[in-house]
Amino acid sequence: MNGMFLILATFLAATIEGVEMMTILVGVGTTRGWRSTFLGAVAGFALLAGLTFALGNALLNIPIQGLRLAVGAMLLILGLQWLKKALLRIARPRAKRQAPAALQPESHEKIDWYAFVVAFKGVVLEGLEIAFIVVTFGAEANQIGIAAAGAVAALVVVGGVAFLIRGWLSRIPREWLRFAVGLLLSAFGTFWAAEGARVRWPGGDLSLLGLLAVMAAAAFAYLALLRFHAATRPAGS
Amino acid sequence: MRYIIFFLKFWYDFIIGDDWTIAALIGVAIVVTFWLVRSNIQAWWLLPITAILTLGVSLWHAA
Repeated sequence: MNGMFLILATFLAATIEGVEMMTILVGVGTTRGWRSTFLGAVAGFALLAGLTFALGNALLNIPIQGLRLAVGAMLLILGLQWLKKALLRIARPRAKRQAPAALQPESHEKIDWYAFVVAFKGVVLEGLEIAFIVVTFGAEANQIGIAAAGAVAALVVVGGVAFLIRGWLSRIPREWLRFAVGLLLSAFGTFWAAEGARVRWPGGDLSLLGLLAVMAAAAFAYLALLRFHAATRPAGS
Repeated sequence: MRYIIFFLKFWYDFIIGDDWTIAALIGVAIVVTFWLVRSNIQAWWLLPITAILTLGVSLWHAA
């Protein structure tokens, strides 16, 4: 594999993983607040850097399936909780109730551990996959430095795009943003948890788009049912 | 002690939240998926279907 081709291959492969990572970070940052999301991401990158430095090629021995299963299951559970609350609030906008801890926005003094943990998990899991790509492609060509440059370039490009669209995202109504983030976390969580359980998705990573479409269709159907239920329910019940 | 309680409460809220049925049903679905795959059945469909039905059940309880 020559240098140019190696950079291009790692850039493209890392871009796919980077998009998944940034989707989670931007979604959580926009709905929960950026400070704790940023701290979680930095902690994730720090752990990754330490692991990569300490383990080198032995990084490939990390049980990624188990990690996918644990992170996927937690993201799926959290995503369904967010989606449920968002649907209830969109369907019944005047209902005022105390949001559970998972949906409360962060205070400026304290760390929001929900945002921190979700960002940390997203960065560690996707970052490990990028590190695997770098080590695998780089070791094969005996040029780990060049492979790492391709992956870093991909993260810079994807991170730049995420930074540019965050202002646009903040204009979307809060409940619809929660709806979208809940949907994304549920789809990513389903994908990773099933992969961790050794499922082979038909179509590979592309099946994520199918999952998103099916879950979005189901969520809109539930929303229509909730609105119908709210409209036909006798007043005061 | 305060930190241990905070830690346990955080993970309880994170995973269980206000509806334990979501975590329970997803946990069961993952175990069944794992078992089916080990039996050479590609059960990629099980977890998405369970997730959608679990959301419906949870919404029905809350509505």
